[in-house]
Amino acid sequence: MTVIKTKFGRRSFLKTSAAAGGGLMISFSWLASCTPGQTKEEVMAMPKEWFELNGFIKIGENGLVTIMSPNPEIGQNIKTSMPMIVAEELDVDWDNVVVEQAPLNTEIFKRQLAGGSQSIRQGWNSLRSAGAAGRHVLRQAAAEAWQVPVEEVTTKAGTLIHEASSKKAGYGEFASAASKFTAPEEVTLKDKSDFSIIGTSRRNVDGKKIVTGQPLFGLDYQPEGTLIAMAIHAPAFGLKLKSFDAEQAKSMPGIKDVFSVDTYPEGIEKQWSDTSAFSELVVVVGNSTWQVIQAKKAVVVEWEATEAFENIDDSTSKHKEALLKRSTQPGEVQREDGDTDAAFKRASKIVERTYSAPFLAHNTMEPMNFYANVTAEKADLVGPIQTPEYLEMTLSERLGLSLDKIDIQMTRMGGGFGRRLYGHFAVEAAVISQKVQSPIKLVYTREDDMTQGCYRPAYHVTYKAGLDDNNNLIAFHIKAGGIPSSPLFANRFPAGAVDNYKAESWELDTNISVGAWRAPRSNFIAGAEQSFLDEVAEAAGKDPIDFRLELFDKAISNPVGENNDYDAERYAGVLKLVREKANWGSSNAATHRGVAAYYCHNSYVAQVLDMEMEGGKPKIKTVHSAVDCGIVVNPIAATNMMEGGVIDGLGHALYSALTFNEGSPEKNNFGAYRLIRMDEAPENQEVSFVENDIDPTGLGEPPLPPVIGALANALYKATGKRHYHQPFMEKSFSLG
Amino acid sequence: MASYNLKINGKAMQVEAEPNTPMLWVLRDNLDMVGTKFGCGIAQCGACTVHLDGTAIRSCSLPVAAVGNRSITTIEGLSETGDHPVQKAWLEEDVPQCGYCQAGQIMNAAALLNGNPNPTDEDIDIAMKGNLCRCGTYTRIKKAIKKAAASQTKA
Repeated sequence: MTVIKTKFGRRSFLKTSAAAGGGLMISFSWLASCTPGQTKEEVMAMPKEWFELNGFIKIGENGLVTIMSPNPEIGQNIKTSMPMIVAEELDVDWDNVVVEQAPLNTEIFKRQLAGGSQSIRQGWNSLRSAGAAGRHVLRQAAAEAWQVPVEEVTTKAGTLIHEASSKKAGYGEFASAASKFTAPEEVTLKDKSDFSIIGTSRRNVDGKKIVTGQPLFGLDYQPEGTLIAMAIHAPAFGLKLKSFDAEQAKSMPGIKDVFSVDTYPEGIEKQWSDTSAFSELVVVVGNSTWQVIQAKKAVVVEWEATEAFENIDDSTSKHKEALLKRSTQPGEVQREDGDTDAAFKRASKIVERTYSAPFLAHNTMEPMNFYANVTAEKADLVGPIQTPEYLEMTLSERLGLSLDKIDIQMTRMGGGFGRRLYGHFAVEAAVISQKVQSPIKLVYTREDDMTQGCYRPAYHVTYKAGLDDNNNLIAFHIKAGGIPSSPLFANRFPAGAVDNYKAESWELDTNISVGAWRAPRSNFIAGAEQSFLDEVAEAAGKDPIDFRLELFDKAISNPVGENNDYDAERYAGVLKLVREKANWGSSNAATHRGVAAYYCHNSYVAQVLDMEMEGGKPKIKTVHSAVDCGIVVNPIAATNMMEGGVIDGLGHALYSALTFNEGSPEKNNFGAYRLIRMDEAPENQEVSFVENDIDPTGLGEPPLPPVIGALANALYKATGKRHYHQPFMEKSFSLG
Repeated sequence: MASYNLKINGKAMQVEAEPNTPMLWVLRDNLDMVGTKFGCGIAQCGACTVHLDGTAIRSCSLPVAAVGNRSITTIEGLSETGDHPVQKAWLEEDVPQCGYCQAGQIMNAAALLNGNPNPTDEDIDIAMKGNLCRCGTYTRIKKAIKKAAASQTKA
C-alpha cells in the first residue's frame, strides 16, 4: 500500500468546469470513445447527467464513467493506456468506461505532450492519484449517507460496499454527492498485486471508429463554412520569397484569395517547438481541396537566396565529403576515462569502423494540417499536435491574444514520430485565418509535407576498439558527428564498462531544418554501436551475447567513471531473456542470426533477428524482442508498439533516405522515397517482457534503435558483407 | 463544374464538381465522407482505397468523370454496423496504432478476400504491398486477414 500526495493544488484538482465546458465544443462523438468489441446493447446508455469528481473523472447517475485522456494520441495508444491507470485506482469495470480526449488545460493536466516516450512514465503517479482521489470521495459520500466510518467503506468494480451492514451501491448513486467533496490531500494507492486492469490487455478505445471510418483525425475536421488553405514554401533550404504572380490562380474556380504571410516575423518570441525553415509562404485559399491544389500550381513564385545559402552547398555529395573531412579532425571531448591513447598503443588488436546514415523525413501518413478560426476576440484551433502547450504560447505571442483566449483541441494524429512536435503548421493556419477572417483548414500535400524540413539529421560515427592479448576490451573510442547535430551519448554503454574510454563530438552547419525523429540520435547510434560490437566480439573470438554480458558484468561489479546512463543489470536482463526465448545457440544452418541490445527513453530492449537466404536474397524470418519497461500497463498495445517499432527501424535502415541537390530535397512523394512494405516485413515477431514491479516506462521509441544492429549483424552472417552505411539496400540489392 | 450521379454505398448521390476532381476529394469535400484518407495523391500509399464495382482502387487517382454507372463502396459502407469479417478481425487483433492508413488497408483486404477467400502469405504480400503503414502494423494486418479468412470459411 502506498500513500501518495495528490500533488494537485486544490484549485486545479477540483470542480474544473473549464475542462468540461467552455472553449470550442466539438460534438461528443469526436472526443469520446467506448471500449470496442461491445454491441450497442452491451454499452451502458449515456447518463442524463455527469458529475465531475475531478479533472480526470466524470460519473453519470447510472454509473457510466468518463475518463479524460490528458496527452495527445499519435498511435502510441495512450488514449487507452492512460485512462486504464485511472480506472484501476478508481476501481471501476473497464467495460463501463468512456474515454474522452482532454482539452489543453495545463492547470489540471501535467505535461500534455507526446514525445520522448514519457507519457506513461511521467503520468503514472498523477493518473493513479486522480483515480484514487475519485474513489476516495465516492467512499466519503457513501460513508456520510450510511452513517459509517469512511475506512469501512470498500469498493469493487464500480460498487461501494459496507460489509458490516451489508450495504451496497453503484458509483452512480453517489456520484452527485461525491462531486461536492473536496479532493483529499493524500490518497492511498492500490498494491500492485491487486491490479485488475493494469497488466491486462485492453483494446484500442478508438478501434471501432478507426475500422468504420469515423472522423477522428485533424484532416477529418471540417465544420460548415471552413475554407481550404494551402501554402507554397521555397523549393530549397536557404531560399526565401522574392515575389509572386497570382493573377491566373486567383481567377480559377473556387479560389478566394492568394497572398503571402510571414509566420514568424522578426521580433516574435519563438518556442523550441517553432522550428521552421520557411517562415514566408505564398498561400492559396479556396472552397475545396482539389480547387486549391490546382490553383497552387498556377502561382508563379520567384525565390532568392538567403545570405547563409551562399556559404553552404546542401547537396548530398557535398555533405558526404564534408562529413568525412570533418571526422578526421578533433571533436569536442565529452568524456574520457583512463588513458585511451596509451591503451591503444599496448592493444594487440585494433578494430576501427565508420558508419553513416542519411537525412530522413518523418512521413506521417496523415500530412500536416490544422484548423484555425481566429477572430479579434479569440482563436479556436483543432488538429494534430504533439506539443499543444508550446503552440498555445506561440499563438498568444503571434496573434496578440492572451492565453485564455486561445483554445486548442487535440485530434487523434495520423502518426507523429516527432514531426508534430514542431507546430509551425498550426501557427501558419492561425495566421492565415486571421488574415482571411474566416475559419480555414491548412492542408499540406504529400509533396509539401516531405519537402518542408524538420528532418532526422545526417549522422556519421567512427568507432575504434582495442583488445589485449586475452581478447579483453581495454580501449574504446567513439567520435560522432552530424549535419547539423551529433548523435553522441557520451555516458551510455559501453561507457562504464571499459577502463579507457573516450567520446568526442562534432557538428556541421546547414540550412536544412532538423528535429526529433523517433528515438532521436539513438535511431542511428544504436545500430552503429551494436554492429561495431559484433565485429569486436568476432575479433575477440567470442559469442556476441557472451561478449556483451562480460562488459555488463564489469559495469555491475566494477563500473568505470560516474554518470553511467544505464542500469547494467536490467540491460543484461533483456539480453539473457532474448537469448532464452530465441533459443540462441541452437544450430540451424539455414538461419543467420544477429543480436543487439540498447537502452533509451528509460526502457531496455534486446533483439535477435533471424534471416534466411531465399533465391539468393536475404529474407527476414523472425524478430525476437525482449523488453524491460517495468510494469506493462497494456500488454496487447505494448506488443503492438514493439512490432511496429521493429518494422519502422528495419524499413528506414534498409530503404529510406532523403537526398538533396543544392538545398532542394530530391524526393517528394512515396514513388521516390522508399518505405518498407508488407512483403519486406518480418514473417514473424515474438515479443517477451521482463516481469517486474518497477514503475512503467514508455515504448514509443525504445523498440526501434537496436533492431538496426540486429539487422546489420544478421545481414553479415547471411551475406558475408558488413553494412556500414544506411540505407543498406542499394537499388540492385533487395530482400527476398 | 459538372453534375454527376454517383452510386455510393448503395445510395444514389448527386455532386457538382470539376470533371477531373479525384473521387477522394469528392468523397471528403463534397460528401463529407472522411473515412477515405488522403496520403499521397499519386496512388503510392493506398490510404484512399475504395471499391469500384468490388475491385480495390485508389480513389486519389480516379477522376469523378470516369466513374460512370459503376458503384463505389467506401469504408463507411463496407458493412452497416462495422461487423464485416475484416473489420471484426481488425478489432480482435487490435491492429491499429495511429489508425490513419487502416481504412485503406481494410478496404484492400476485403477486396482480396472477395476474390481469394483463402490467401497464402504470398498472396497477402502481393495484394497488400501497395498499402503503406508508417507505424509498421504489417505483422498484425497479416494476422487479421488470416483470421477474417478463417471466419469466412467457417461461416
